[in-house]
Amino acid sequence: MKRTVLSLAALAVFASLSLYGPLPSDTLRAAPLPGQGQQQPPAGQPPPQQPTDVKVVINGPPGSPPKLGIAGFIPLSQDAETIAAAQTIGDVLFDDIAYEREYYMIGKDTIRSIPKPTSLNDVPLDRWKEVLADGVIVGTVQKTSTGIVVQFKLIQVASGQQAFGKEYSGSIANPRQYAHTISDELHLQQLGLRGVARTKLAFTSDRDRERMHGTALNRDTKEIYFVDYDGANPRRVTNTTTINVAPAWSPDAQSIAYTSWRSSGAGGFGSYQDIIISNIYKGSRETPANGNPEKQNYLPAWSPDGTKVAFTLSQGGNQEIYVMNRDGSGLRRLTTNPDIDTSPTWSPNGSQIAWVSGRTGNPNIYIMNADGTGQQKLTNENWADRPTWSRGQFNEIAYAARTGAGFDIKIYSFLTGQTTKITDGIGSNESPAFSPNGRHLAFMSTRNGKGQIFTIARDGTDLRQITREGNNGYPNWSQ
Amino acid sequence: MRPTRCAVIAILVVAMGAGACGKKKPPVARPMPAPPGNTGAATPNSRPPAPPEPVPDTTAIPPEPKISDDPLSMGDLDTINKNSPFQPVFFALDSYEVDGTGQQALNTNAGILKKYPTWVITIEGHCDERGTAEYNLALGEKRALAAKTYLVSLGVPADRVRTVSYGKEFPFDPGHDEGAWSKNRRAHFVVTSK
Repeated sequence: MKRTVLSLAALAVFASLSLYGPLPSDTLRAAPLPGQGQQQPPAGQPPPQQPTDVKVVINGPPGSPPKLGIAGFIPLSQDAETIAAAQTIGDVLFDDIAYEREYYMIGKDTIRSIPKPTSLNDVPLDRWKEVLADGVIVGTVQKTSTGIVVQFKLIQVASGQQAFGKEYSGSIANPRQYAHTISDELHLQQLGLRGVARTKLAFTSDRDRERMHGTALNRDTKEIYFVDYDGANPRRVTNTTTINVAPAWSPDAQSIAYTSWRSSGAGGFGSYQDIIISNIYKGSRETPANGNPEKQNYLPAWSPDGTKVAFTLSQGGNQEIYVMNRDGSGLRRLTTNPDIDTSPTWSPNGSQIAWVSGRTGNPNIYIMNADGTGQQKLTNENWADRPTWSRGQFNEIAYAARTGAGFDIKIYSFLTGQTTKITDGIGSNESPAFSPNGRHLAFMSTRNGKGQIFTIARDGTDLRQITREGNNGYPNWSQ
Repeated sequence: MRPTRCAVIAILVVAMGAGACGKKKPPVARPMPAPPGNTGAATPNSRPPAPPEPVPDTTAIPPEPKISDDPLSMGDLDTINKNSPFQPVFFALDSYEVDGTGQQALNTNAGILKKYPTWVITIEGHCDERGTAEYNLALGEKRALAAKTYLVSLGVPADRVRTVSYGKEFPFDPGHDEGAWSKNRRAHFVVTSK
């Protein structure tokens, strides 16, 4: 059997982080596994593939998605940890593949009577044919002195041929990451599709209900957190006893820029908004916009190449869109209107910026070239805010639009010129953020009471609640 | 001379503070400041009650004024802000214009700032939940700025007034009706140094 060996250096890093909680500065001491590569490839770039890997593609009947089953991940030792890891990997992989909706996942009840395999090589394919499976996944989990080794195969049921297969090794601390990796690589190898299983959602939350430092008024802090795309594995980024909102992932997912209320005086009084870049795995911080009470900065948005940040700079209370280099140099003003200009987002190739302006009354979405020329109005809403430009294959901008008492998420397509409302008017739905493949959005909704983060497919189906604790808002999806 | 003048000011301040704690009417700015060179004896407030049995051969000495009677000047920032003498300014939906009622509140606040010439304040701009979180960051800032601009027009030095927006992050009333929303659309005054 031909297998590619991939090291998950990043996995070891994630695992060690979850042990230490709020991302201390020494987290990078977690070493990659011996004899393996140094780094996960940059987001969006697949690891080097063996050309011989792409041979068999699992197809469904004409007009139908392929049907996939998971025969099981087999623990090769009978200790509780290995058994639990194997179970988790199988369950999470099922959910991960189902999330992209490219495959019809055959339910557990349907396959209950099919005998479980005991190795990668004894899957009863004839039984899988009976439930009309086009492909079946089988895997093993083996404990080693340093962690676990996970192997898996995707088998074409009709031919019995292996369509895809790999071996991974790393820490046992977060078995979900193996499933996420398998799902993403399977979608890429089989369909050329970039999945979102390894992406993260950052957001603001008051879930820890700490008190703001030094203020006279009784106020909760708001800190930045992130979770896996499915809500699992929450991690806290900031520990500031102030409020922090609007996180934005750098394209390499190593840093989060956000808006923080920093203190200008003794005792915490006299705060001002400024942009902080937290290098989350190093524990270091930068304040490139260098704000003060007279020059406040908020709502940062990374350029697609990660070299620049567009943001709102308010000097003397007049908000304008500016762009700076990541280190704060090269500051450039793009708008010059005395009314509000705020909430920028970049086009996928970085040549244009969409933003929100109140220059004609209530806020609406505008677009301009990245040098500030060619400004034009895009929407005609009663109130439109938080544009987010899809970086996926669809050229569209999502935003929050007032549709009554609250807001709904709408998507404007540059291809058709049409605007589609994708939420249902329940509660208020705000702050949309596209997944990197453009197929999903995260947003804040009050539909269940407090503000919670949800994800939804871009066609308005498959609504999922991601957060459940405290008030949450300003979601942002890692690239 | 100097201690006496301080005493006069302190006494006036007590009077103003008491006024500010009263009901709706803002009488705070009304009392005339003591003319220069005035002495404590001229102020009715400070005149001591006639002693029941005056002792001959001594002159009446005014009692030591109780400087510590002014909770505003004595308290720390926390105490001052918890019992804030400043009046909030309320705004209409989606608006950052200061209306007539708001101007009255700001007249009062300007008077307080003139009485406490060392105080530096931050005006917090707040919004109700009916706007979006991101745009409200800017709208709240415009509200705070509108209040500051009016204060400056009344002669308050601009460098004593800072502004910051909290958008809709900190509603004063957590309710979801107009009663709550109208309270949450406001410019709120915080003393940041004294």
